[in-house]
Amino acid sequence: MDVSLYFNLPAWLRVTLQGVAVIVVLFPLAAACSMAERKISAWIQGRPGPNRTIPPFLAWIPVVAPLLQKLGLFQLAADGGKFVFKEDPIPGHVNKVYFVLAPILAMIPALTTIAVVPFGAYLDSAGRTVPLVLANVDVGILAVFAVASLSVYSVILAGWASNSKYPFLGGVRASAQLISYELSMTLSVLPVFLWVNAPGGPGTLSLFDAVQSQSQPGFWGGMWYGVLMPVSAFIFLVALFAETNRQPFDMPESEADLVGGFHTEYGAFKWSLFFVAEYCHMIVGSGVFVLLFLGGWNPLPWVSLETLAGWLHLAGSPVLTGVLATLLFLGKVVAFIFFFMWVRWTLPRFRYDQVMKLGWQKLLPLSIANLIVYAIVIALIERA
Amino acid sequence: MATEFAFPDAGAKTAAAAPEFQTEKMSLSMGPSHPSTHGVLRLQLELDGEVVTKCEPIIGYLHRGDEKIAENMTYNQFVPYTDRLDYLAPLANNVAYAIAVERLAKLEVPERCQAIRVLCCELARISSHLLGLGAYGIDVGAWSVFLYSFTEREKLYKLFEELTGARFTTSYTRIGGVARDVPEGWTDRVNAFCDQFLPILDEILALLTRNKIFMDRTVGVGVISREDAIAYGLTGPNLRGSGVGLDLRKDRPYSGYERYQFDVPVGTKGDCYDRYLVRGEEMKQSVRIVKQVLANFPKGPWQATDARRIVSPPKDKVLTSMEELIQNFMLVTEGPQMPAGEVYFEAENPKGALGFYVVSRGGGVPWRLKIRAPSFCNLSILPKLCAGTMVSDVVSILGSLDFVMGECDR
Repeated sequence: MDVSLYFNLPAWLRVTLQGVAVIVVLFPLAAACSMAERKISAWIQGRPGPNRTIPPFLAWIPVVAPLLQKLGLFQLAADGGKFVFKEDPIPGHVNKVYFVLAPILAMIPALTTIAVVPFGAYLDSAGRTVPLVLANVDVGILAVFAVASLSVYSVILAGWASNSKYPFLGGVRASAQLISYELSMTLSVLPVFLWVNAPGGPGTLSLFDAVQSQSQPGFWGGMWYGVLMPVSAFIFLVALFAETNRQPFDMPESEADLVGGFHTEYGAFKWSLFFVAEYCHMIVGSGVFVLLFLGGWNPLPWVSLETLAGWLHLAGSPVLTGVLATLLFLGKVVAFIFFFMWVRWTLPRFRYDQVMKLGWQKLLPLSIANLIVYAIVIALIERA
Repeated sequence: MATEFAFPDAGAKTAAAAPEFQTEKMSLSMGPSHPSTHGVLRLQLELDGEVVTKCEPIIGYLHRGDEKIAENMTYNQFVPYTDRLDYLAPLANNVAYAIAVERLAKLEVPERCQAIRVLCCELARISSHLLGLGAYGIDVGAWSVFLYSFTEREKLYKLFEELTGARFTTSYTRIGGVARDVPEGWTDRVNAFCDQFLPILDEILALLTRNKIFMDRTVGVGVISREDAIAYGLTGPNLRGSGVGLDLRKDRPYSGYERYQFDVPVGTKGDCYDRYLVRGEEMKQSVRIVKQVLANFPKGPWQATDARRIVSPPKDKVLTSMEELIQNFMLVTEGPQMPAGEVYFEAENPKGALGFYVVSRGGGVPWRLKIRAPSFCNLSILPKLCAGTMVSDVVSILGSLDFVMGECDR
């Protein structure tokens, strides 16, 4: 198999294929997350979870079909089908244009950010590591933050357009929360890029370069940033929970007091778009965390992909190394998403003002201090 | 040609309109159909941003006229209606009602019957507090607590079903006794439940008790002072959470509660956290009582035997013996015959002191039956408690008061 076949395609076709690939991969992945959420919550709570649905035309298959049924895999299709086919009401009191626009707006940043997130790498015949990414832009992490922060508009818009009090409160909470935590999140990754951008080299904010700098030989070179900068990783993690509106930070929807928060008035497919967007954010967020702090597609700290490929005698095969790297990366992302869900079904929820206090009074000073400390330390190291 | 735009200064405009900057308050109707109002309570909130400035509970969405209904049926026929007061602890309601009417008739029930009733009350207390705990978990966002406590409730429901034939609407007591004796082996199964329950309870409580987020949400929230708790007529865990050690089981023992050793947990601050702790400890004390009852389970009759005009005869005798047939016929058609008089009896129910005020003019039907519902009194403090809190605190406070609208609205 030769990858050059793909690169010989005209550019417009490649871009279209990539766009389709995003939707084809990310949508089912997000849907699978919703399924995983139900199943994992069930396991945590000591219940079986969805285990009944099975299409009749598949029921005859021995072993496999009952197993998938028990895992609730078909429930996924049933849920998706339900969202598509059920009545999609637009309440009479809403602003129709914005009301319809909001879920679409939620999807756009969710699907766009994935474009700049490398999801794997392969070793070409010369032994160089080449990222598997739709758009290997130099501004990498900046693009992710810039586009992801647009998602707050959909929440505000949904809360506002619903013309109803609970969504309104949810929208207000969401906008305040998302804006507050973006600061700490951005500040928390700066030390990583201070470290990556050693003087002399070209400046970069690319996520691929961040991974590459975690896969160098030597004690410092092979160390993951999660180990090197645990405070950064922690701040990023907390901010990630807040940015994706996950428990314990799910203020915008907190169903106990705001019924459904900003999506109270939504139903059917439009609601599911919000839902999918939330999971897409979770996937992308987990991906970025893995790339920045958990070594991306490197199997272990101090064991880079190249080393592993050498051990497995795969060095000459771009396709196999690509598959290996993607699997490693996806495995980490999946484990991280499991962590998200684990937290959600274990912890209670903060109160709105506590979320704000935590963000502004604890996390932000901590991330600034963290940045300053690392800046000084890095400067001292470089002078030495 | 340049177009001239006039941009009136928004601040100046507002200042001109009002002497000081004015914000608009939002009125928010929370309920009657809302995930955290535990049934059909409706709170008319006035919000200043996220801060509640006024809270007005609107009740009555579940009003069924139970008190009036009671006047139109015999004493025993009303037992199923008591199930539907605090529907999370129907057994305890049954017992409270039966004892009230028995006090009217000055009827003593045998020891075994008393022991069974204590068992019922305490198991009902565990079941009710478990739900209160689980629902509180949901209110503060900890879903798994709810599922864990429901698993335990399910085991209790199995026991209730064995005992009464129904899981939910038990209707177990009769005036002068209980509907039937405990089934064979039931006490052992209750014992087994208690043994396995305590470690699981500790596990469930461990999810919340020292949880930072949970403490942030509950400590210092919804503080009811000792004086307020008494002034507003709070009872049950809500009163004890405020540090008043009033427990009718200790202070005015009924149904043989004086025979059992148990502690009455009280709180210190009267906040949501204290009320949560009190409920958790009460479950453990209930288990302690159940254990004592089972260790010394009296034998003998389980219905009053010397009250032919009140207590039904044994079923097998009804079909074979003339006297019992007549007795049964009279009871079914006329109802249990009560002397004229009036009585007020309060029992320590899971939600607080459930009182029945029964006025009789003789005959088989109460002339007036007034129910003192603990949830109704406990909710009366809401306007005071909720003013000045955040919207999310309202949910915390509601959950910590652990009310049931079936009882409040009657």
